Amino acid sequence: MTSLNRTILLGNIDGRINLRLQLRHVIVSVLLAVMALILAVFVLGLGTLPLSFADTLSALSGRANPRTAMIVLDWRLPRITMALILGAALGMSGAIFQSLIRNPLGSPDIIGFNTGAYTGVLITIVLFHGDHVMITLGALGGGLLTAVIVYLLSWRQGIQGFRLIMIGIAVSAMLTAFNMWLMITGSLETVMSAALWGAGSLNGMTWARAIPSAIACTLGMCLCLGLARRVRMMEMGDDMAGALGLSVGSTRLWLMIVGVMLVAAATAATGPVVFIALAAPQIAQRLCRTRSMTLAASACTGAVLLLGADAVAQHLFSPFSLPVGIVTVSIGGLYMLWLLVRDAS
Amino acid sequence: MKAGRLIWLGIGLIALALLFVVSLGIGAKPLPLQVVIDSLLGRVDGPDSTIILQSRLPRALIGLFGGAALGISGALMQTLTRNPLADPGIVGINAGAGLAVTLGFAFAGISQPHVLFAYSFAGALATAMLVHLISIKGVAKPDPVRFILAGLAVGAMMSGISSGIALLQPAVFNRMRFWMAGSLDVGDLTLVLAAIPLICIGCIAALVLARPLNALEMGDDMAASLGTNPLKTQTATLLTVALLSGTVTAVAGPIGFVGLMIPYIARWAVGPDLRWMLPFSFLYAPILLLCSDIAGRLIVAGELRVSIVTAFIGAPVLILLARGNSTARTALQ
Repeated sequence: MTSLNRTILLGNIDGRINLRLQLRHVIVSVLLAVMALILAVFVLGLGTLPLSFADTLSALSGRANPRTAMIVLDWRLPRITMALILGAALGMSGAIFQSLIRNPLGSPDIIGFNTGAYTGVLITIVLFHGDHVMITLGALGGGLLTAVIVYLLSWRQGIQGFRLIMIGIAVSAMLTAFNMWLMITGSLETVMSAALWGAGSLNGMTWARAIPSAIACTLGMCLCLGLARRVRMMEMGDDMAGALGLSVGSTRLWLMIVGVMLVAAATAATGPVVFIALAAPQIAQRLCRTRSMTLAASACTGAVLLLGADAVAQHLFSPFSLPVGIVTVSIGGLYMLWLLVRDAS
Repeated sequence: MKAGRLIWLGIGLIALALLFVVSLGIGAKPLPLQVVIDSLLGRVDGPDSTIILQSRLPRALIGLFGGAALGISGALMQTLTRNPLADPGIVGINAGAGLAVTLGFAFAGISQPHVLFAYSFAGALATAMLVHLISIKGVAKPDPVRFILAGLAVGAMMSGISSGIALLQPAVFNRMRFWMAGSLDVGDLTLVLAAIPLICIGCIAALVLARPLNALEMGDDMAASLGTNPLKTQTATLLTVALLSGTVTAVAGPIGFVGLMIPYIARWAVGPDLRWMLPFSFLYAPILLLCSDIAGRLIVAGELRVSIVTAFIGAPVLILLARGNSTARTALQ
């Protein structure tokens, strides 16, 4: 097993390209990615018209009859693609926030994004009866505005983790109260459609809805991987990172911006899917046997998790199709309990 | 330091007494002080005294005792877990009560306040015990972090199941959205009178627990040499917290934020000694709750529920404290 812990170097140690990779991280990430793809093909075959693995593959490669091709490519593929991309985006943003706060309970929630996005959606649905585009804009506007407010309120000659958490809690509490008020004043119908959004769901995903958010997520993840080295340095502590020549303040701001961007793109497409951002980095850490955050492995873990949870949400209770957020929360809770009990014995 | 603490408590006592009386007088129909006193003493009879005895007295009483219960259980939780971010909800009390009530609405068709109280109270107590058992399973001594994680996990699971059920059944969803927004307007004096003895027992238990919990804060070894058993203390504290906040949730529905914020301010005002934090929380949590309830009656015509107003009054204070001078910040940390 020790040979797995080798470090491999891409490029020259003094050259422009010098990328150091832990062999174990690479293998874990590749295995997870392969697992995600196999799972994706399998899930593509599930549904009211079950398809075999071979049928699905032939549809993907364009050799199937038009009817099968339509079912697979137009109906099922957008949902599966989005589960993969959004799961990866959420996993990565979780890794960024847990690394920034240096706390396993850190998640994009601490900056109030999800609560604010829910407020935006409730306002557009309950007060303005908005359509799909307006709901998406409401979510983005509410979430981003909240994140900016929390950040600005926490800024006092720099950002300090504990102050950020406290102010995040206070602002979220106010927004939650406001949401509750909207929930009990609106008509049952409008409030329920808002609540369905709030539970986080991939139901009814189409290419038209998927593509903008998929592009934003992919861009965000590329930016993230570019910042990976800085994440590792930030984990050594502010003083050490500063001594290594890193501008701590601006790095933190950039990481936060990219982290929020990833969550924003995901939330705009599906509503808040909780728990992936919390669990994926923790699972990836254990698989890689490392104490630092692993962005690529967290992303792959997130993709597998969301895809799996969505398959359960869609097919296990058929004919009912549950919002995936409810499944992630329940499975997530069980997983955390299992970790606790396992760590004890 | 001691004089300062006594001044805090004195101000709190006077403010609380005033708010209690104001809470009886203010509402959709404002009533003068004389009428309030006469009705309480049973010297007059009529529509005004019916309003006071049937509607406003239960409301003021649950504001007073419920607030005290939330403040005290928050102080106990933060000291037990050694974490200023812990609140009574972290034991999963609200999530457990919520699941029990959802199940009751969905499958047993419950509607009467007393049955609702029983479901919610049972759900809260059972969840707290489940969290406790999971957190101590297989470990030599209780660990605050395990306890918090177990509470988060159980709470997340239960609320996931409740919202799954509610989203599939619009009728259940409709009742749950009102239950979730806790309100002091319970309109039933017998329920409140049943809750008060439970809360009093919890408060006495909290006072007894103050010394062992103070000892635990010095570390397990130190506590052991002072004759404190960590496991017994955690079990007893948890039962007390479950009793106190479970009762409040059963009567009024979930009311968040009070149990998180007041102990924060208590630590800032009178220091981390539980023997001072408890009386401070006992006085100031009901002040926040009664203030919010009164404000909710005045702001809009249709009345805002207390769980909604509380955050709007409390959160700005918390933000100011978090941004405030360095002494306040160190106290909070």
